[in-house]
Amino acid sequence: MKLPYDLPDASGHFGPYGGVFVAETLIAALDELKLAYEDARRDPAFVAELEYDLKYYVGRPSPIYHAKRWSDALGGAQIYLKREDLNHTGAHKVNNCVGQAMLARRMGKPRVIAETGAGQHGVAAATVAARYGMKCVVYMGSEDIRRQASNVYRMKLLGADVVPVESGSKTLKDALNEAMRDWVTNVSDTFYIIGTVAGPHPYPMMVRDFQAVIGRESIEQMRELCGRQPDAVIACVGGGSNAIGIFHPYIPCPDVRLIGVEAAGDGIATGRHAASLSAGRPGILHGNRTYLLQDDDGQIIETHSISAGLDYPGVGPEHAWLKDSGRAEYVSIDDAEALEAFHALCHFEGIIPALESSHAAAYAARLAPTLGKDRILLVNLSGRGDKDMHTVAEKSGLSF
Amino acid sequence: MSRIQSVFERLRGEGRKALIPFITAGDPSLSLTIPLMRALVDAGADIIELGVPFSDPMADGPTIQRASERALANGVNLRRVFEAVAEFRKQDGDTPVVLMGYANPIESLGIDAFIADAVEVGVDGVLVVDYPPEECGEFAARLRAEAIDPIFLLAPTSTQERIARVAAQARGYVYYVSLKGVTGSASLDVESVAARIPEIRAATGLPVGVGFGIRDAQTAKALASVADAVIVGSRIIEEIERSMPTDVVPRVRALVAELRDGVDAAGSLR
Repeated sequence: MKLPYDLPDASGHFGPYGGVFVAETLIAALDELKLAYEDARRDPAFVAELEYDLKYYVGRPSPIYHAKRWSDALGGAQIYLKREDLNHTGAHKVNNCVGQAMLARRMGKPRVIAETGAGQHGVAAATVAARYGMKCVVYMGSEDIRRQASNVYRMKLLGADVVPVESGSKTLKDALNEAMRDWVTNVSDTFYIIGTVAGPHPYPMMVRDFQAVIGRESIEQMRELCGRQPDAVIACVGGGSNAIGIFHPYIPCPDVRLIGVEAAGDGIATGRHAASLSAGRPGILHGNRTYLLQDDDGQIIETHSISAGLDYPGVGPEHAWLKDSGRAEYVSIDDAEALEAFHALCHFEGIIPALESSHAAAYAARLAPTLGKDRILLVNLSGRGDKDMHTVAEKSGLSF
Repeated sequence: MSRIQSVFERLRGEGRKALIPFITAGDPSLSLTIPLMRALVDAGADIIELGVPFSDPMADGPTIQRASERALANGVNLRRVFEAVAEFRKQDGDTPVVLMGYANPIESLGIDAFIADAVEVGVDGVLVVDYPPEECGEFAARLRAEAIDPIFLLAPTSTQERIARVAAQARGYVYYVSLKGVTGSASLDVESVAARIPEIRAATGLPVGVGFGIRDAQTAKALASVADAVIVGSRIIEEIERSMPTDVVPRVRALVAELRDGVDAAGSLR
């Protein structure tokens, strides 16, 4: 059975969420982008080139792997991993960057900008900018620059300028503010590559479309591997791009549970977390209406998570809609549980997952033992954990 | 006739242009907000734009973001802003006050409560930077029903179609952003601004204020000779930052008086 699903509407709304909440100064740029994207997605030459680069540059399709030893150890449902960690640059972020960089080139914009938190999207943007011969500027909070020195160096090696952002909390949300300011100032020659399914329309839709290759491949691969689709698809949610990427093709399939896993940080009750869907309320930030972590006055509050990639006070508006409509469930996993799953995957499967993806893995580990051995859970392993060595070592009382 | 409308009527009669300074409520401190508003009026402000601080002011440059951060550190929220307007209104029943800020604090308080309080304390106009006309039809209609003017931005990149869309919603005046960029940006091209204004004035039937990047009396004069109002924010915030609490009021008064002279120098040319 398939249910119809065609959001967002023409003005970029997912029910009450999404939209275009930006100053007039950005409207023309967004309109230009919307038209260019509509044109590109219908152009077979664009689609073919995108597929070519995803295959030969990114290394797609990424495999689905049966984590059998880990599943046996958990004693319940079979866990399968969609290996986005095996992509070039080590995470799903590059899928979107390839698409947007190709669009930038098509629009005749020689300069791309990006925001980054942990540096994964910044690295992916710098990578494709090098690949397509574009100038690249990455905005990054000065606090994050301090914490993620090796990714900063990677971006510089790839030829990007990394601009420290000193305003606000000096983290991802401030980097996004700063990138928007650059865009509004330099819009004639600059393309803004947003890294997640947030921002004003058409970004949540466009980034989703570029990431949906994850889910499309999964549907085919699960059919081949298991002869059927999984009982649940599980993905971590910060801004929510890897989750939407794997969820989207499954939305019309009501027999497949969709489970988004947010970062509970020190625990939801402590207030030190990044779980906007689980513990926030709707509001407007970064150009769209969605669930936000905010104080009683509507000021955005700082988030906390062991994984910098989930450290964002908002979430993509489509997730807000999937939550309210009941089509997807959203749960949370704290730092300690995520670390436990991180070590379990290292131990049982010889896979070092990103701390972000470890949140999804942790929820699978919680769910699997409650289900029969014939059940199937598909976890989006959105990135590899090499970037997290320092954080994990520190938690174990070690340092390099 | 709204207070904003009467101001423009009066100025038109006098052959003068409006000066609209911006400060953020609670910057540098809440106790200085009323004295600063009064100083703006003393120095010749026709309308005051009062900033409501937000943690993520995406359309503003670093100067106004710093003002927002100081105000938030001083515990400013919409309640405090309304209290400040009420206090100002006790002494000044004529000068229009326009609240300028972002959507989230307003939606967080609730649109009903926001409008009720704005009416009660005597707010004259509201400019929500991240509410373009297509996302705030109901809000703007409710404001108009309460005789509060919804103020909208227009940009150098706004098409004729968008100008018409804004015209359908806007009252009071429209705020023309003089350049591509954020508040406080450096370069401003008076000729390109001048080229757009007649079209906007004709389409909206409203006075056109120009802001973003006006840093001195000379620029104020140049813009006042083409627009109906000159809006200055970042330059005043910079003056606040350079001052001590003891001399901030006279320094801001002196700066605004200079800008006033610039604006009037243009008006008398016409």
